[in-house]
Amino acid sequence: MKSSARTANGVEIIKLEGKITIGAGDSQLREVITNSLNAGKMNILLDMGGVTTIDSSGIGELVGSYTTVTNRGGKLKLLHLPAKLNELLHVTQLITVFEVYENEPDALASF
Amino acid sequence: MERGESERIEITISSRFENIELVQVIAEHLCENAGVDEDGSHWVGMAVREAVANAIKHGNKLDVRKKVSATFNLHGGELEITVSDEGEGFDPEKVSDPLNPQNLMKTSGRGIFYMKTFMDQIRYSFRADGGTSLVMTKNLAGRSS
Repeated sequence: MKSSARTANGVEIIKLEGKITIGAGDSQLREVITNSLNAGKMNILLDMGGVTTIDSSGIGELVGSYTTVTNRGGKLKLLHLPAKLNELLHVTQLITVFEVYENEPDALASF
Repeated sequence: MERGESERIEITISSRFENIELVQVIAEHLCENAGVDEDGSHWVGMAVREAVANAIKHGNKLDVRKKVSATFNLHGGELEITVSDEGEGFDPEKVSDPLNPQNLMKTSGRGIFYMKTFMDQIRYSFRADGGTSLVMTKNLAGRSS
């Protein structure tokens, strides 16, 4: 998994690309989120548009990231959800947990 | 591949996460060759990924000396996939339901649920000499693109 970050309107936008799977991107995602929080960036928008593969471990890391950010008083939201990731969140009812946006301006305005 | 033809593929891997994709790719190609569309093949591959990941992590407990084997049997439009490990087994009845509200925010425990969701049937068997086998079936007939 690759990630790149930029800030807009006080929101840390982290673009994720590649795989978030067991033994690969799952631990990297945790690290990316921890680094952002430690840098004082509490409002995080994860751009998932470049994610090619995600498995249950990756989904678990997303849930863990959401909990970690929320417990630190921040917000974590999702942008550009690929169809298959959307399906995985739906069948596990996690879609009710995450705020998901299809375009960046709407997402930024929601923080 | 013509309808009605049979195909059998076996692969054995050491317990490394980087080997998961090898098995997943076989599942996806087998489905595509049987005429299943891209989405349908992806979800079968996803179920296989979860099965192999569980076998490596929970079954063989990441011991690279222990093997995971996968057998694919395609016959008459039905795909049967068996994933076996050398672990000590577990009680499937004790696996928690990830849809239970109290489990919703857990960071693990969704792998078997995804397998059940994307396959028609899954069942476990536990060998007396150790090792767990998971058998998953999917009827591929009518899933052509």
